[in-house]
Amino acid sequence: MSVAASNGGERLVEVDHLKVFFPIKQGVLLEREVARVHAVNDVTLSIAEGETLGLVGESGCGKTTMSRAIMRLIDSTEGAIHFRGRDVTKAGRKQMEPLRREMQMVFQDPFASLNPRKRVGQIIGMPLRLHGTARTQVEPQVRELLGKVGLHEEHVNRFPHEFSGGQRQRIGVARALALEPRLIVLDEPVSALDVSVQAQIINLLDDLQDDFKLTYLFVAHDLSVVRHVSDRIAVMYLGKLMEVSPAEELYTKPIHPYTSALLAAIPIPDPRENRRRERIVVSGEPPNPINPPSGCVFHPRCPRATDICREIEPPLARYPDGHLAACHHPLHVSEAEIRATQKDPSSPHSSGDELPTVSAAAATASTP
Amino acid sequence: MTPLLSVEDLRVSFATEEGVVQAVDGVTFDLAPGEVLAVVGESGSGKSVTAMTLMGLTRSPNARFEGTAHYKGTELIDASEEELRRVRGAEIAMIFQDPMTSLNPVVKIGAQIVEQIQEHEGLPDQQARERTVELLERVGIPRARDRVDDYPHEFSGGMRQRVMIALALSCDPSVLIADEPTTALDVTIQAQILQRIRELREETGAAVVLVTHDLGVVADIADRIAVMYAGRIVEEGTLDEIFYDPQHPYTWGLLGSITRVDRPRPERLPAIPGLPPSLADRPEGCHFRPRCPHEFAECVKVPPLEARVAGQAQHLDRCWLPADEKKVRREIQPGEIGLAAKEGTPA
Repeated sequence: MSVAASNGGERLVEVDHLKVFFPIKQGVLLEREVARVHAVNDVTLSIAEGETLGLVGESGCGKTTMSRAIMRLIDSTEGAIHFRGRDVTKAGRKQMEPLRREMQMVFQDPFASLNPRKRVGQIIGMPLRLHGTARTQVEPQVRELLGKVGLHEEHVNRFPHEFSGGQRQRIGVARALALEPRLIVLDEPVSALDVSVQAQIINLLDDLQDDFKLTYLFVAHDLSVVRHVSDRIAVMYLGKLMEVSPAEELYTKPIHPYTSALLAAIPIPDPRENRRRERIVVSGEPPNPINPPSGCVFHPRCPRATDICREIEPPLARYPDGHLAACHHPLHVSEAEIRATQKDPSSPHSSGDELPTVSAAAATASTP
Repeated sequence: MTPLLSVEDLRVSFATEEGVVQAVDGVTFDLAPGEVLAVVGESGSGKSVTAMTLMGLTRSPNARFEGTAHYKGTELIDASEEELRRVRGAEIAMIFQDPMTSLNPVVKIGAQIVEQIQEHEGLPDQQARERTVELLERVGIPRARDRVDDYPHEFSGGMRQRVMIALALSCDPSVLIADEPTTALDVTIQAQILQRIRELREETGAAVVLVTHDLGVVADIADRIAVMYAGRIVEEGTLDEIFYDPQHPYTWGLLGSITRVDRPRPERLPAIPGLPPSLADRPEGCHFRPRCPHEFAECVKVPPLEARVAGQAQHLDRCWLPADEKKVRREIQPGEIGLAAKEGTPA
């Protein structure tokens, strides 16, 4: 679990210029496509073996769509997703089957993601049975799994409603672990839980990752929880990547104004600090992903936006330590760092070649 | 100052298949005009039931109520439906957690607000409509005049929550009860809504009861805090008293388990071990006892909610540990339950 792993380690998942659009159709007999929701709009990123990538963004930014596309729960429109070298987007049902073993998912709502009429043993045992474990072997394995996620072996015959939210989420984690996957996609696994229980689940996930050499894609809607699990964090907005950064650096040195706004919006549980802190409240709401704004998609809400932001989509510029940000007016970077930036190959095809310049950064430096 | 709302020894229990669930067990608090009281607790702590009982929303054949809640001379707990109807909306208004399900989906938002204004004040249509547009503008809905005839589904979550707030403010209530008003919203929208509630409170002078589980939101907006656990208030004090001199080990655990984005990240997230008790079968004495690392013989008796810290007459808690003992115990290793060492007494 280190940042170096992201650069040096073997890449488990490679998302390559992925686009997922949802058509909006009209008409009864001859359905015409009248518009498209640009849920994921040209995203390139990779997850290294053993790494945790945090994927953060507000509702509607495409983070869940992307995680589902990686799991091949929905079809992609364009681009490729390689899982251990094989293209998931083009694999047929047969070819997906062995891959499904290796990628599992833990869902957000522990109340809706467990079948209320099945016993815990059946829920956790189902993936094992589907993938050909002998009947007699299933129960001992389920009991072992229960122990690993901090539940008791006796729980095997109980129903989901007999458990609290945190315990149910442990059942969901046990089900995901059953097939010894390499990748687990965690879709907001703790946001439905109480704070004191959230910490328990986060710590459990952390332990399991070490024990089983797991790779996590951790999807979250804000930056507070994701920090504790991630090696790297990717920030999405309106279907695009805004910033990708080593986890800790994102909190001390957010380069993109959107990341900085997300951080500023989290209330700090410290009244004195709060009174001291200058609050920047970003106005407005995310625009409609059917007609994304021209240029930088964040420009209508951005306090630093200028003409270039409205016209040219910024490429992902590379800063030291593998820190990428798509912004013409970056924050918290030195002049030398700005001069040294290069356009990263993971930039969207539609982005321009204009990298941030020192003069542009200085011109907007005075505005908060 | 005489309190606006005075709740005394409120008890609410529900008869269920699993037995009697004591959801609220002897809750007492006062609300002064214009203040923001935050009621903090996890699911099942009784915070929402307390808030909803004040509005008469928990009444059912299976519910039993004891205690009193005085609002400007009206007794709310055993008020008739007629009396309640006069208070609800006009004197005490509520903002619910989920803006997606709290508005009527088949009625235009303007009509929903107009209905409330006319019900309480009998204004003619045109005037009520004007007032509605004004309200929508005040809560920050752009092009309010055009949007007054839109249906709830035409608004985003943040905008719907603004409509809810406009609805709550429509008859100038003196008390606003907000039950997790920002939990369903994105962080940038949450910041906008909190700022709006702060501004409106200054403009209207309404007192606010904020029910939440998020101590970050509390630190942002509250004057006083009541921490609830398993149906009881376990600690009550001013914002600074609770954050900088917390007395109850549960409060230490809550404060310790919040993640802070402005500090270096800890090696491990501090968690409170165990689970909150079932309300149908609560442990004897202090309810937090089974999860508390500082439990001792005395804890099998219920500790009364009283002032235990010298010089903080309004800072109440339910923990048998002596105050100076608590000072030592809560300064423990990072990662364990409780707060990191903090110098000095609250300002």
